[in-house]
Amino acid sequence: MKLDAKIPAGPLADKWSSYKEHAKLVNPANRKKLPVIIIGTGLSGASAAASLAEQGYPVTSFCFQDSARRAHSVAAQGGVNAAKNYQNDGDSVYRMFYDTLKGGDFRSREANVYRLAECSLNLIDQAVAQGVPFAREYGGYLSNRSFGGVQVSRTFYARGQTGQQLLLGAYQALMKQVDLKKVTLHTRHEMLDLVVVDGKAKGVIVRNLDSGEIERYAAPAVVIATGGFGKIYYLSTLAMGCNASAIWRAHKRGALMACPSWTQIHPTCLPQAGDYQSKLTLMSESLRNDGRIWVPKLKDEKREANAIPEEERDYYLERRYPSFGNLAPRDIASRAAKERIDAGFGVGKQRNAVYLDFSKVIKEQGIDKVKEKYGNLFSMYKKITADDAYAAPMKISPAAHFSMGGLWVDYELMTTIPGLFAVGEANFADHGANRLGANSLLQASVDGYFILPYTLANYLAGELKAEKITTKHPQFDLAEKEVKEQLAKLIKIKGTKTADDFHKELGKLLYDKCGLSRSAAGLKEAIAGIQVLRAAFYKELIVSGEPGEINAELEKAGRVADYLEISELMCHDALSREESCGAHFREEYQTPDGEALRNDEKFCYVSAWEWAGKDIEPVLHPEPLVFEFVKLSVRSYS
Amino acid sequence: MKIHLKIWRQKDASTKGKLVDYDLDQVDQNMSFLEMIDTLNKQLILKGDTPVEFDHDCREGICGSCGMMINGQAHGPVPGLTVCQLHMREFAANETIYVEPFRALAFPVKRDLKVDRSSFDRIIQSGGYITANTGQPQEANAQLITHEIAEAAFDSAACIGCGACVATCKNSSAALFTSAKISHLVKLPQGKQEAAKRVLKMVAQMDAEGFGHCSNTEACEAKCPQGISVLNIARMNWEHLKAAIFKD
Repeated sequence: MKLDAKIPAGPLADKWSSYKEHAKLVNPANRKKLPVIIIGTGLSGASAAASLAEQGYPVTSFCFQDSARRAHSVAAQGGVNAAKNYQNDGDSVYRMFYDTLKGGDFRSREANVYRLAECSLNLIDQAVAQGVPFAREYGGYLSNRSFGGVQVSRTFYARGQTGQQLLLGAYQALMKQVDLKKVTLHTRHEMLDLVVVDGKAKGVIVRNLDSGEIERYAAPAVVIATGGFGKIYYLSTLAMGCNASAIWRAHKRGALMACPSWTQIHPTCLPQAGDYQSKLTLMSESLRNDGRIWVPKLKDEKREANAIPEEERDYYLERRYPSFGNLAPRDIASRAAKERIDAGFGVGKQRNAVYLDFSKVIKEQGIDKVKEKYGNLFSMYKKITADDAYAAPMKISPAAHFSMGGLWVDYELMTTIPGLFAVGEANFADHGANRLGANSLLQASVDGYFILPYTLANYLAGELKAEKITTKHPQFDLAEKEVKEQLAKLIKIKGTKTADDFHKELGKLLYDKCGLSRSAAGLKEAIAGIQVLRAAFYKELIVSGEPGEINAELEKAGRVADYLEISELMCHDALSREESCGAHFREEYQTPDGEALRNDEKFCYVSAWEWAGKDIEPVLHPEPLVFEFVKLSVRSYS
Repeated sequence: MKIHLKIWRQKDASTKGKLVDYDLDQVDQNMSFLEMIDTLNKQLILKGDTPVEFDHDCREGICGSCGMMINGQAHGPVPGLTVCQLHMREFAANETIYVEPFRALAFPVKRDLKVDRSSFDRIIQSGGYITANTGQPQEANAQLITHEIAEAAFDSAACIGCGACVATCKNSSAALFTSAKISHLVKLPQGKQEAAKRVLKMVAQMDAEGFGHCSNTEACEAKCPQGISVLNIARMNWEHLKAAIFKD
């Protein structure tokens, strides 16, 4: 299989305009005949659904939550980047492009990343027009702050709830289209299979989570906007329902999966407190604008944080990365924390955390200013831990957060199955091996509002004369039968371990062997371990209830079944890449001072994986990354 | 610690429900309330019983999925929290805790603690938006919005749509939810164009869904996890009056 990224020719700055100028269009009268299915109503799914419906395509949208407004984009805290250069501090589309490319350790496509930066300008205008209440200066101009991995202030924010506000903008635009009957929205529905007819995506099988019924939907185009799968690590910053099922089932139907092991482990989360814990809450990266990270210089320090004098504190980020300091990118900050914790300098009861200290900024700017900037984060911290972060430093720890990997897509956001598109975190596209903070809201929005409406039209223009496939097609019968059989099989096992038990075990294994650092030996152990766990799952699982009713346990079991497969692919992916880049840190490949050692000669490609069948090793199809406009450099933040 | 639970179990909207007793040992006080229910559910599953169904997702207080009455209070005893942020340290050892679904005519029970809140979506659908199709809006800084106005709009926009305001109101009124969206949009200059139409349609939809009227007890604000102010309701009433008078 030869992968074609379909990058338009021409100068970098002209590629996207040139694409738009030459893309095929569909006449407004014909758009009514070309329905589109969109799975997921987060920022990318809702913005895509609203924008396509506004153009006149009949859209059918699905989400597993009970309202489209609850998708996990809602939880993004810190902000959204745009190269507006409102602060006159040297920002530009090119600068943002370069920061993002470098932040991703040169493992993404130049053309995609440039387009992301280019479209960022428009996104802020769009969001403001929808009524997103971004922070403003007293005179009325939009305000910005700085995020990790950059030296300009280009992050727009709405207190610590930027994701919520952007999502509500998209949700409201979507609900308007629902009211106009341009979008049919099915909440509490989960995609369980993709239907492919003659090599093209033609529909989906979904389960109504409130009735348990299996339903079929057909359309000449299917868009997957189901977000990331960091929940595979069990303890993560993700929502409980986030999952890999839609992308994994599409993968098994022929869509290649790209760099699935590239997971961002976020440096500023609340540490684990006990075995019962179900998630790790994220504290926004924006806190690193003013908070200083440190651990005691003394091993097994017994004193409280405030009792440790200044000279006995190790501000290790400021020490190791003086030019970026506490705003070093996420992968670097997380690894540095792990290094200190593993070396015995961790703090807290379980010695699994580091301090994030605000005493300096409180002294300099006053407690009121700090409250205004971070009030909701400090109160969230207090709610969960019962500790007051104004009085003593927060205790934070790294946690699984964002999937850079996902379904492989070309420049048009189309997967290797014609007619199947993937947008937002569900795809692998713009972030390379590490995503910069405040770029995920951006990518989700840009994919949905500004890119897909052009590229999907370009595909659908060719489908006008194609044979219309309905849900009566035998491929639908087949897919539905398989889905029903799998659900019945999970319930029939009647073992002694719950889906959560398996999920926790898998998560721990994956975090240890395919998390912040990886090694060939560890990954091989993980693959063997996952195979054992998967076999046990089909013998010892217990699911209560029936398939034909509300059944949260059955939903979980289906997701864990998929996790037990995609995790193995993640390990193969990490094992085959014999270099360190971004979030992918192979212990065998590091510089003498412990930094990632990239190998551009051998691994300057995207690893796209093909499903070869059950219990057969996946097949790698490398997509070479060609850098025409920038020179690859060592990613240094020191 | 040990606790006693009385949890509302109901198969579906048309079946009669009842409170069922459960005892739970070894509850860690650092567990969240939902993690406590997870623990109970695991025990029920292993015994061959049906686990308690409840809505939850982000578990960090922002998605608005979770919500239940705990000892008669929406989201439990601590103000400013959602259930997922409530921790067992708020309860005493051996305490008996009553857990029931949100009750309102417009929130029918689906099963156990799960209720149908799609009425909220239909209220937003009826006009809770600014019409700004994707395309070429004006430059974001072309229209200045003062810091104070942006912050005030945010205060209203922070609503998470959990439904605690309705569940806690003796009239099951959705006035706080509806007015928060109306206020958010009308406070901003870009939201003023559709203000009159919006308030008339949203209030009509709110009534059509079967929510009761607001009688100013302010219980909603007291139980709102985001601290949304009842002044939004006053603004909604004012906007509604204006719109109704100047309709033609």
